[in-house]
Amino acid sequence: MSLKGRIHSFQSLGTVDGPGIRFVVFLQGCNLRCGCCHNPDTWDVAGGTEYTADEILAKVLRFREYFGEKGGITLSGGEPLLQSEFSYELFTLCHKNRINTCLDTSGCIFSDDVKKLLTVTDRVLLDVKYADDESYRKYVGCSLSKPIEFLEYLNEQGIPVTLRQVIIPTLNDSNQSVNFLDTLRKKYSVVDKIELLPFRKICQVKYDDMGIEFPFKDISVPSKEIMDKLNQML
Amino acid sequence: MEHKNWNGFKGELWKNEINVRDFIQNNYKEYIGDDSFLASATERTQHLMKNVQGLFALERQFGGVLEIDTATVSSLTSYSPGYIDKENEIIVGMQTNRPLKRGVCPFGGIRMARQACEAYGYKLSEKIEEEFHYRTTHNDGVFRAYTDEMRKARKCHVITGLPDAYGRGRIIGDYRRVALYGIDRLIEEKKKDKASLADAIFDTETTRLDEELFQQITFLGKLKEMAQMYGFDISNPAENAREAIQWTYFAYLGAIKEQNGAAMSLGRVSTFFDIYIERDIENGILTEEHAQELIDDFVMKLRIARHLRTPEYNELFGGDPMWITEAVGGMGEDGRTLVTKSSFRVLNTLYTLGSSPEPNLTILWSTSLPANFKRFCAKVSADTDSIQYENDDIMRPVYGDDYAIACCVSAMKIGKQMQFFGARCNLAKLLLIAINGGYDTTSGMHIGPQMDVMTGDKLDFEKVMERYDIYIQWLSKLYVNTMNIIHYMHDKYCYEKTQMALHDTDVNRLMAFGIAGLSVVADSLSAIKFADVQPVRDDNGFIVDFNTVGDFPTYGNDDDRVDFIAKDMTHRFITELRKTPTYRKAEHTLSVLTITSNVTYGKNTGATPDGRKASAPFAPGANPMHNREKNGALASLNSVAKISYDDCRDGVSNTFTITPEALGKTEDERITNLVTILDGYFSKKAHHININVLNRETLMDAYENPEKYPNLTIRVSGYAVNFSKLSREQQREVISRTFHEAI
Repeated sequence: MSLKGRIHSFQSLGTVDGPGIRFVVFLQGCNLRCGCCHNPDTWDVAGGTEYTADEILAKVLRFREYFGEKGGITLSGGEPLLQSEFSYELFTLCHKNRINTCLDTSGCIFSDDVKKLLTVTDRVLLDVKYADDESYRKYVGCSLSKPIEFLEYLNEQGIPVTLRQVIIPTLNDSNQSVNFLDTLRKKYSVVDKIELLPFRKICQVKYDDMGIEFPFKDISVPSKEIMDKLNQML
Repeated sequence: MEHKNWNGFKGELWKNEINVRDFIQNNYKEYIGDDSFLASATERTQHLMKNVQGLFALERQFGGVLEIDTATVSSLTSYSPGYIDKENEIIVGMQTNRPLKRGVCPFGGIRMARQACEAYGYKLSEKIEEEFHYRTTHNDGVFRAYTDEMRKARKCHVITGLPDAYGRGRIIGDYRRVALYGIDRLIEEKKKDKASLADAIFDTETTRLDEELFQQITFLGKLKEMAQMYGFDISNPAENAREAIQWTYFAYLGAIKEQNGAAMSLGRVSTFFDIYIERDIENGILTEEHAQELIDDFVMKLRIARHLRTPEYNELFGGDPMWITEAVGGMGEDGRTLVTKSSFRVLNTLYTLGSSPEPNLTILWSTSLPANFKRFCAKVSADTDSIQYENDDIMRPVYGDDYAIACCVSAMKIGKQMQFFGARCNLAKLLLIAINGGYDTTSGMHIGPQMDVMTGDKLDFEKVMERYDIYIQWLSKLYVNTMNIIHYMHDKYCYEKTQMALHDTDVNRLMAFGIAGLSVVADSLSAIKFADVQPVRDDNGFIVDFNTVGDFPTYGNDDDRVDFIAKDMTHRFITELRKTPTYRKAEHTLSVLTITSNVTYGKNTGATPDGRKASAPFAPGANPMHNREKNGALASLNSVAKISYDDCRDGVSNTFTITPEALGKTEDERITNLVTILDGYFSKKAHHININVLNRETLMDAYENPEKYPNLTIRVSGYAVNFSKLSREQQREVISRTFHEAI
């Protein structure tokens, strides 16, 4: 196993990216440029530090005492599907060590390597960013059909899914937008959870450091009332 | 031996000898259920607590000290009885004749007592000044014997916080004995011990012990007299729960009237009380509501306990804590848990009476604790930031299942072991002194072995370590010798008569040394090893700063390259300390604990090779330096867990602050995750953790608007403080600590 992955960083205590306590590996490189992205420093596919899957497994094992019944590893990013082959290797090793695997993705890439990765994935956190194709093309840079196609495949394979959406005022904080998620849940039985995450702007400093403009800098963060109201619909 | 007040209690051994553990083991009922049985505060409790809150507010208005009795030397019977509200109290007893009025304890040192009075606008009475003109205090004795080098080490702050001017503390009397046996039986046993010396050879040891036993017996008598002043006869065993709590409290009260020791811990009383409470409930003479009320009233008394300290002391420790530590929970040697309903009841006081730093509630955590209790603890932590956790699974094999915690992290077998407390030395400063060949750039003093300042444009790791070892050897010997003088004098002039009467006569002694600046030293040595550290010299050629070029691993990221440097430092240091014999053959122990003094230690230490600026605070205890943790909270915990408890038997303190959002999305998730984190951390053989679940914004708001947060409690290092009682500088340091946040 000599394949190396490009890693942006590690978070040893992840409690918001998958069930229980998780060791989160942020992979470097993303194919999308979402306006709300809070990790622009993970975009560059040539950045990050290289690690082998074995090296990362060794790190993960140091935290297995904290995983309890539900925790494990989460691959996030960046876009982990850009490094599907590497991710497959890593998840395979984790499974050999009885560590639960979770994939945090936009679902906008689909290939044989991705299918292979999903054979060793215990849960997918699927980011459905908008309810309509127009917004998807405008603010994400791909078609809405991509994540839907991905979700259909997950449903066929019976892999549990958490749907996630970052709530961005004026763009997707309508009832209609949240209803769309609910429709997906009803249609695809693998979806057992929906999480609405408030859009946040603490990533502004990262954009400043990189000398690029934060596309959604003028959009305000959602109020607690809006978040409560939308959450109640689910 | 039998007594009617023991009706219904099982077991024989404890009746025939003083053995509280045997009594507990034979009679307690483990509880594995949840918190739903708990009662809330009664109207009486609420009313009384309101009174107490009013007194606290008044005390704050008076600048931290409400009143001082400057004309009376504090002792067991020197004040008339005091009350908060006599008719409404169910547990009684005050240190002086009024709540929050402070007494004077000059036996540790008259100077400290005098200065403390003056700092608050009082004057120590002529009468006391006159009396102590003809007496030798502990402080007098120590300074008669200190060598020049000891004075210098103290003056330049390479060793600080030594208990040489006031009571040493860190001794826990087995206060439960008074409730279980009554004073008369305890006196009788001590008299037997004294009589048994008759055939011995009267060398120094025996003669001293013989006199100490005389003093112990006298003070047991005084304890009885003190209780009588409140209308109680404690000659006999307690008859019911109320008496058991009252008797135990009297014993503790006697101890704090006699001694103003730095840490006056309580021990492990809740499961002991539970036996009496359960018996009363079974007999139909007590309800759950009243059981909670008894515990509430007792805890209220502990919350108003005060000692008179100087402002410098308060500055060092963030207010004037007494470390009234109560150890809760843990497992028994037979595999049953020691958690009882009263373990829940004592934690429940943080709801019935509100959150508070005192008593210092300490959970003895085992991965085998009942799940419901674990969840309740986690909930209390998340709600109140008032409790700490210590690893029962690593302490029980050493201390058995009837140990308690003195101060913050010092374990000892109750009634069988005592500690000679020894503050700590500054390892980061020592590194700088070593590099400068025996010169301290902050104080301008020459100290220790004298040699050349290290030469070259770049510090060489091997050479630095060789040099550092020489200074560690030097300081270790000096430190042990200094402690030997202090404790010889304390035994001689300020012996803890009440507390030692509540120990076995043949007591086992520990001598507790400490280190500050562990993470600074680990990161500095890592910088020297893995990066280029270029010394910056002043006009006289002394190294006063460093240019550090290149990356180096920092402690707090689960990186063995540097974590093992930290682990190795503690091992080196305790190994060196053990080479110098101790007073009364005490066992050497070591702690990594700073309380809030990490700010002061930093202030007295020049710039260090890790990039820390001169005078900047250290991290507290064994914590990684602020904001150098780059891999999240658990990586930080893993680093600290590597410090070996075998090297640091006096405790390894870690303070952990996490935002609610980072701990989980819902309350249920936060509780589950916190339990999982604690299980994980302690299964890695870590020793201690303080948990704060709060936002930096809350603290910043409390910093700007202290009046809005009079009761905001946070855990610092080994204990909790009232945020508003910290100095401005300490508040800023706490705010700048790492908060593990959601990303």
